[in-house]
Amino acid sequence: MSAPITSTTAPGAARARRSGLLMVSPAMLLMALFLILPFLLAFAMSFTNQRLVSPNPTQYVGLDNYRQILGLGVLTLQPEKDAQGQVAHEADGSVQYPSLRTYTRDNPDYPHLNRMREWFHVGWTGDSRVYVLASDVIFMKALVNTVQFVVVVAPVQAFFALLLALLINQPLRGINIYRTIFFMPVVISMVVVAFLWRFIYAGDTGLLNSLLGHLTFGAFKPVDWLGQPGTALWAIMAMSVWQGVGFHMIVWLSGLQTISASLYEAAALEGASRWQVFRYVTWPGLRNTAILVMVVITMQAFTLYPQIDVMTRGGPLDSTQSLVFQAVQRGYGKQDIAGGSAISVFLFLFVLAISLGQRYLTREKK
Amino acid sequence: MTFRHTVSRRLVLAGLAACAASASYAQTTLSMWYHGAGNPTEKDLMAGIIKDFNGSQKQWKVELQQFPQEAYNTSVVAAAVAGKLPDILDVDGPVMPNWAWSKYLQPLTLPPAAISKFLPGTIGKYNGKVYSVGLWDAACAMFARKSVLQANNIRIPTLDKPWTKAEFDAALVTLQKSGKFQYPIDLGLAWKGEWYSYAFGPFLQSTGGDLLNASVPKANGTLNGKAGLEFGNWWQSLFTRKLTPGTSQDGADRETGFLDGKYALQWNGNWAALPALKKFGDDLVFLPAPDFGKGPKIGAASWQFGVSASTKNAQGANAFIAFALKDKYLAAFSDGIGLVPSTPEAAAMTKNYAKGGPMEVFFALSAKQATLRASTPGYAAASGEFEKALSDIANGGKVADALDNAADAIDADLKKNNNYR
Repeated sequence: MSAPITSTTAPGAARARRSGLLMVSPAMLLMALFLILPFLLAFAMSFTNQRLVSPNPTQYVGLDNYRQILGLGVLTLQPEKDAQGQVAHEADGSVQYPSLRTYTRDNPDYPHLNRMREWFHVGWTGDSRVYVLASDVIFMKALVNTVQFVVVVAPVQAFFALLLALLINQPLRGINIYRTIFFMPVVISMVVVAFLWRFIYAGDTGLLNSLLGHLTFGAFKPVDWLGQPGTALWAIMAMSVWQGVGFHMIVWLSGLQTISASLYEAAALEGASRWQVFRYVTWPGLRNTAILVMVVITMQAFTLYPQIDVMTRGGPLDSTQSLVFQAVQRGYGKQDIAGGSAISVFLFLFVLAISLGQRYLTREKK
Repeated sequence: MTFRHTVSRRLVLAGLAACAASASYAQTTLSMWYHGAGNPTEKDLMAGIIKDFNGSQKQWKVELQQFPQEAYNTSVVAAAVAGKLPDILDVDGPVMPNWAWSKYLQPLTLPPAAISKFLPGTIGKYNGKVYSVGLWDAACAMFARKSVLQANNIRIPTLDKPWTKAEFDAALVTLQKSGKFQYPIDLGLAWKGEWYSYAFGPFLQSTGGDLLNASVPKANGTLNGKAGLEFGNWWQSLFTRKLTPGTSQDGADRETGFLDGKYALQWNGNWAALPALKKFGDDLVFLPAPDFGKGPKIGAASWQFGVSASTKNAQGANAFIAFALKDKYLAAFSDGIGLVPSTPEAAAMTKNYAKGGPMEVFFALSAKQATLRASTPGYAAASGEFEKALSDIANGGKVADALDNAADAIDADLKKNNNYR
């Protein structure tokens, strides 16, 4: 900071500040209009029953929307016994439990569980099984999927981006061609990329299956990548990493190029190996870039939406539901703006908490 | 600099032109919104009707504004919130009750004779009043090849004697056993959204169930009732027996799989008929929907015209709609984009639906099998839940659970909206 700007007494300071405010005002205005105001509206609407289309007046409903998405219940069940008091078994030999429906659908003894559904169950105490029920299982699955997506995509994408950045940060002939190739997917809209990858992942005749089949001389059995719960989310993760990696590569590259060449010269004079150069020169010099890349990837990954909308629409069997997809689905598909707003507010607070956590963990320790 | 000059000169010219127009004609302008942007044929047809109407009288002047179909509904909702609806708008049949309930639309005041001969699916009624009317309908049929059915000794069903559920199922198994096809039937699960309700809802209705009981209104007991479970179990068995490709079907296979001989049968709409006719010619037959027990049924109601509730020019808007319902326009639309014309007279004037025409059967299908989707303002939410239930069942979810969940979600939506009263 130069003195004339920070010091209030210096001549011209007021004018400098005014022109500073003037310059920042268009951005502030747009942010207020398109970020802050919609958020405040969403926050307010999440406490009402606001609908997209309705002649009925909007009513205040308190925390109902949040109770609906976050409601949980626990139910412990004993196995079914047959007439002799023996534990009954299913046809496949597993222990048979009473149907959850009898407890969760209009059972007057369990009013707090009404219309709840099984999220998952555990069976640790002897034979009995503990069911964790949720009033909105799809939301819970969306939450878990989104977190899983972030936990996998953030480090993997950051790692590959760094690798590519190191590769293209060399004074080779035609290096710009490689830079362009790696960066290309970023320029293409995610919607288009997702459409194209649907062909790549197609179950019977997709490119990926054909390729794997050829590489293994026909030993590879075609997999329906997007059509089964076990692979769908992973397929989307792989595609998302590929699409976004170029952008973060550029960020890493700019970080790499701020590291002084004299440090590398010194390292070369000392006879450092390539790994030592990376470990003691490059990586410490990238500290701030690393923090930026991780925070940005994390925030971007939480907004997982277009891939889902184009490729799977949350299926199969909710294995690719995401929070943003659910927010859009409810707000526009079901015309339930209040429900969509509640999810958006939840997502905002969730991401905010994680970003603050990341900032705390990566703070400058003095 | 040159750029700015050109712009300002254009603005001045446009302003002058506008002044001149309003001075010389003194007509009231009616704004009209249409969903078909991006389709030049549709645009020409609409523009033709509007030109004829504008030239036919001195009082009104319709101006067309087109939207891409994907953005149309949200544009209308946004305009309604902002109080800026046009005078005339088009509306998708099953969405109409929602818009009528939300007071986007007002009942039409057409002369009673104007729509007396129209196919039932082209007339949008809500609470006993006509809110919209369509220049065309769409119809689904089973696309099949005579030679394939005959080679496998499968009876070719007729409109009077469609396949029963057992016959249909047996035909699929026979075709599978022939070993000549990747799948015996293509139901088109590559398509998402409204296709599910439009294409498969009638199968559920034909089994005796429905999305919801619109008169109560309630979905529990109807969607997940006995007929619903029966339909759901059969639906799931289609996928466990590998009779049809699942929800991850490649979109390209949906477009060309039947034409390429990958699939023996295809459940598709009249809009896909022309390429198939071109490919197979006389060998191609359009079969009626199978009878699942309560009579064969197919979906009905496509895009229709309505008058916005907020317009000050309802008289002119109605006059335009009445004008557009002439048989020659219905026939022109049908010839142009292949849709089912709304009246028998118009059908006789078209090249595809006239007597002996290659798609004649679709008109009969619309007249005989067409079943309206549940006419309720809650349709949008209910249809989405139905889509989710069917894809969950196709992907191996428990039938009873999937239908229960959908019924619960529909009922929750009804409750949230005060039963759309």
